[in-house]
Amino acid sequence: MGNSTHQTPTSRPVKAEVKSLNFHYGKVQALKDINLRIPDKSVVAMIGPSGCGKTTLLRCFNRMHDLYAMNNYDGEILLQPEGINILSSDVDPIEVRMRISMVFQKPNPFPKTIFENVAYGLRVRGVKRRSILEEQVEKALKSAALWDEVKDRLHNLAFNLSGGQQQRLCIARALAIDPEIVLFDEPTSALDPIATARIEELVNELKKEVSIIIVTHNMQQAARVSDFTAFMYMGELIEFNETGTIFTKPAQRLTEEYITGHFG
Amino acid sequence: MQRFFDQDLKALKEQILAMGASVEQAIELAVKGLIERNPELLVQVQELEKQIHLTNRKIDEACMQVLARQAPLARDLRLVLAIIKINADLKSMSRQAANMARSAKHYLKGSPLKPLIDLPQMAELTRSMVRQSLSALVKTDVALSQTVMAMDDSVDELKNKIVAELTEMMKQDSEAVDRAVNLIMVARNLERMGDHATNIAEGVVFIASGVDIRHGSQQSVS
Repeated sequence: MGNSTHQTPTSRPVKAEVKSLNFHYGKVQALKDINLRIPDKSVVAMIGPSGCGKTTLLRCFNRMHDLYAMNNYDGEILLQPEGINILSSDVDPIEVRMRISMVFQKPNPFPKTIFENVAYGLRVRGVKRRSILEEQVEKALKSAALWDEVKDRLHNLAFNLSGGQQQRLCIARALAIDPEIVLFDEPTSALDPIATARIEELVNELKKEVSIIIVTHNMQQAARVSDFTAFMYMGELIEFNETGTIFTKPAQRLTEEYITGHFG
Repeated sequence: MQRFFDQDLKALKEQILAMGASVEQAIELAVKGLIERNPELLVQVQELEKQIHLTNRKIDEACMQVLARQAPLARDLRLVLAIIKINADLKSMSRQAANMARSAKHYLKGSPLKPLIDLPQMAELTRSMVRQSLSALVKTDVALSQTVMAMDDSVDELKNKIVAELTEMMKQDSEAVDRAVNLIMVARNLERMGDHATNIAEGVVFIASGVDIRHGSQQSVS
């Protein structure tokens, strides 16, 4: 059902374009002919029942599946404006991850100081000058709304932070490399409601600068934070449209049944 | 903590206020057109009614979006529910203003029946009720909304006085019937508008306290 009517619910410029994407875990097909345009500087939420393929699709965007030899991509994800196919074997996955960073379900800071966690991506990129590192780390921590809480203890271990703070640290780490897209994989499922609200506010701020794709089990979160919503089911993209439309008058019966709690 | 959906709620209140200002203007134009015997002003009321209906639909859509996307609770939920009702009240008021303009147009076909003194006073009171009920909404001001509810009695008294006077004129002179009926229609519409402003004021009490005081009842329906 991934037909062309789902591709572009907006006239906004496109940041990434998924074209005829199929994905296999060994012999199991997890994504079936996905066509989707990610609008620039907006939040796209992916919803659907467990196993629908939303996380698999998210992971394609920064080549996370390359880590296992049996995984197989077929199709393209074109990163605009140049139109390079980030799934191509000619393209270095490390380069892709510099442009498209990811925040995971559970906060996963490195066993390093707060400062070194945020500076990590910059060091991989070869930045050595202390002044540049300090400047970028401060900027990223401010963007992640964490600076005021940690500025006096930048050289403490990251593990001493609370869960919500650790997740914002991971967001700062993802932002420090100035990515064009940030992927969020259920970023608040391990957090309490207050920490969740802060991350959602943050996502709303960040979209002024970057495109965001967020996978969430929490339908209300998708409704709150996203501009566009993609509903997936059994490896297919069923419907993609403006979030306001998806949650008030979805076009597909399956979407309606899922969001009204009739299955999933 | 400032929540991002506070912006949605603020925008909703602003839209309702703008709609209320248009309703006030519609009342003013209808009554001014009647008193100054200027049909041009009455035509403007019809135009204003179309605009208000468009705003009404936009606000309904915006309320549906907020309910679907933000799932508001407690005070926020009461605010959105009250705005949905106030939106309907304001739409009815714009229709009543248009009805007034139509009655005025018919009235102007004949010569003046009498000097209009009570009607302008009634219109001024009604406009003031609209303005103050919306002001109470914006500030969630229960005291001000009670003032508005009290004003409705004065509007009703004026209407009764006007109807009694015109009924008497009709009994005396059958020639007066058409014009008197049209003036009664104007008064009747103003009186209904006062009732809608009262509804808005009651909505403010509901937002502030969660208590439904409509129809003089403070008891829970459940």
